[in-house]
Amino acid sequence: MAKSPFMSNHVDQVMNADRDRALLGRVMRRQVRLSLGVASVFLGIVFLLPIFNLYFPDLAAQKVGGFTLTWLVLGVLFYPITWALSAIFIRQSNALEDAIERDEKSGVVR
Amino acid sequence: MIPLLFVILVTVATVLLGVIATKRAQSASDFFVAGRQVSVFMNASAISGEYLSAASFMGVAGLVMRFGYDAMWYPVGYAAGYLFLLLFIAGPLRRFGAYTIPDFAEGRFDSPLFRKIAVSFVMFIGFFYTMPQMKAAGVTMGSIMQWPYWVGIVVVGTVITFNVALGGMKGITFVQAFQYWVKAFAIAVPLFVIMTVYGGYTSTLSKTAGNASGFPVLSTDGTYKINGKAKAPTNVVAFQAVEADVVFKSATVIGKVSPSRKPEVGEDDLDLGAIVKAGPVPEGTSIHLVPVIVTKGGVPVEKDGKAVVTGVKLEFDDPAELSLTKGLPVPNAQRNSKWLAPFGTLTSKHGYPLLYTYSLIIALICGTAGLPHILVRFYTNPDGRSAKKTTFWVMVLIGVFYFFTPIWGAVGREFIPGLYVPNKTDYVVINLPGQVPGLWGDVLKGITSAGAFAAFMSTFSGLLVSMSGAWAHDIFGRILKPESSPTERISAFKVAAIVIGVISMVLGLFIESFDIAMLVGWAFAIAAASYFPLLLLGAWWRGLTATGAASGMLVGGLASLTAIIAFMLSERKVFTIVDPLIKSLCEQPAIWAVPLSLGVMYVVSRATKASIPADVDEKMLRLHAPEGLGYSKDYIASDH
Repeated sequence: MAKSPFMSNHVDQVMNADRDRALLGRVMRRQVRLSLGVASVFLGIVFLLPIFNLYFPDLAAQKVGGFTLTWLVLGVLFYPITWALSAIFIRQSNALEDAIERDEKSGVVR
Repeated sequence: MIPLLFVILVTVATVLLGVIATKRAQSASDFFVAGRQVSVFMNASAISGEYLSAASFMGVAGLVMRFGYDAMWYPVGYAAGYLFLLLFIAGPLRRFGAYTIPDFAEGRFDSPLFRKIAVSFVMFIGFFYTMPQMKAAGVTMGSIMQWPYWVGIVVVGTVITFNVALGGMKGITFVQAFQYWVKAFAIAVPLFVIMTVYGGYTSTLSKTAGNASGFPVLSTDGTYKINGKAKAPTNVVAFQAVEADVVFKSATVIGKVSPSRKPEVGEDDLDLGAIVKAGPVPEGTSIHLVPVIVTKGGVPVEKDGKAVVTGVKLEFDDPAELSLTKGLPVPNAQRNSKWLAPFGTLTSKHGYPLLYTYSLIIALICGTAGLPHILVRFYTNPDGRSAKKTTFWVMVLIGVFYFFTPIWGAVGREFIPGLYVPNKTDYVVINLPGQVPGLWGDVLKGITSAGAFAAFMSTFSGLLVSMSGAWAHDIFGRILKPESSPTERISAFKVAAIVIGVISMVLGLFIESFDIAMLVGWAFAIAAASYFPLLLLGAWWRGLTATGAASGMLVGGLASLTAIIAFMLSERKVFTIVDPLIKSLCEQPAIWAVPLSLGVMYVVSRATKASIPADVDEKMLRLHAPEGLGYSKDYIASDH
């Protein structure tokens, strides 16, 4: 991690509380939006599957290549879905951190 | 003999790797978090190695064999928890930079008291999680060596305990990475051979689906040993509604005779006395089973134009030996259609299948994020970005592994249904390969036994490290003797490892009758209601106070612990929980305990608003500001 003048002994300095508070608000708002976005897609899948199983048992038992549809989803497809979601999250989260660093260092207050 | 060789090989490799790595583990920092310099690949393998416990390696397959579709929520939940960890917890915690959850608890709130509470939960959750590992050790050694259950526990537990006491965590990073690959190989490769001999995943499932109203049947005549009342609930044999002869090979006592099919409201009590009566049974007794017609008000109950029938369910007071004949639809198994479809006997047993399913999902997802021995590994990443990358690779590694586990259950159900009779489906991964004829069978059994060893060794090691670490680092190093030198702390660690190892072995002796994966599920439920709310709110809500967090954690954690213990005691028939809804909520408490814990944290924090630390914004920035902005620092200096 390259050191910039901006960060030298930062924690030890007497801080401008208002500035920190505002920075924190900006950073967390952007992070939480991303995390909740990905989480809601994921939780949607996880919590809707039992409902689907309960109300559409015939569709859930539909044959798909030797599996029942619901077995295929839970026993096979579920894992690649989590990989895709986490890959998307990580890319966006890293981009977000870069953007925050850029914005804050250049003094842009949004 | 061959399986034993494989087991010895993997054990020796583990100990040797540990010894080699120990030579490099010098400072206290090395000892606790591996010097915080581990590559992404190594770390991902090590986390996966530590995470894939006996519950994953043996328990999930056994549970799928026993319960079918419903049990697949276990591997899915184990894997899904990682995504949650990634989304909400991994990044902030790594930026905050602390060794352990107690470090986080104290650092975030400046509260040494809170550290003590957090440490006590490391112990609770840890012991709950070590018990099933111990069971797996007893089961595996019992199967490959014909040792009594306790011998396996003592031998295996001792080896691992000494390995940890000598090596610390640095020793274990390499070892656990190695063990992931042993496990992945052992769960996948034998299965390919078995499937070429017996038929593949989809063809087995199709066969099951094609005979929807059938059951797996015994392929040979055989004698089965059934546990007595001391090992309830595994003392039950529920026969299907068929005509068959059963011979008692030893004298025993039947405690209770009831219909296998759970009676519905309004149905008559059935007289089963003509078939068999409760009480002592002499050796050599033969009984003739017949389907019993279910009646309601004296009239046979019909469904789809056919009379509803049931078999008899025997609960044994003393251990029994039953001789069953080839072709018998196997007792204790669900009908094919029920096994294959959602909401079978696992989730429907209390009559609230959706509630049970959701509660299980919540426990597993939130619990993963709160497991003490997994979180500590995030600090071995050099920075937050590599922590995230590591999490991704962990998800890939464990996902690939979990894909294979239900296949064992499906194939095992078809080819070794005999495991249902003594309620030993947990043995499927160890016993199924032995069905392959000739030398190959022994080799494959050796491979899966080695995998099982890798599984409980790695998880038990990881738990021992975090529990002993919590003791040495938190209780001894910060509470009992703050002025202790690093050397004294390392000795404290070693002593703690031995003491905790012994306690774990003793606890393991008591839980033989519980499913491995269920025991782990309960550890998750407690973590979900204690650590998860602490980490989630601690990282994301600046208004959380120490009092609020501690009371939420205590209330949630203790409430779910109490509920689970109540359920375990009711399973052992110590007392009865009458209301099925309450019983369900006791068995799977996460659905109420997690919100309860979060709620208590919120309300108490609001009430103690004045005690929000003055520097809370600085702390929150340390958790959230990208590292390039320079707000992060390691809570414990690395030259410590």
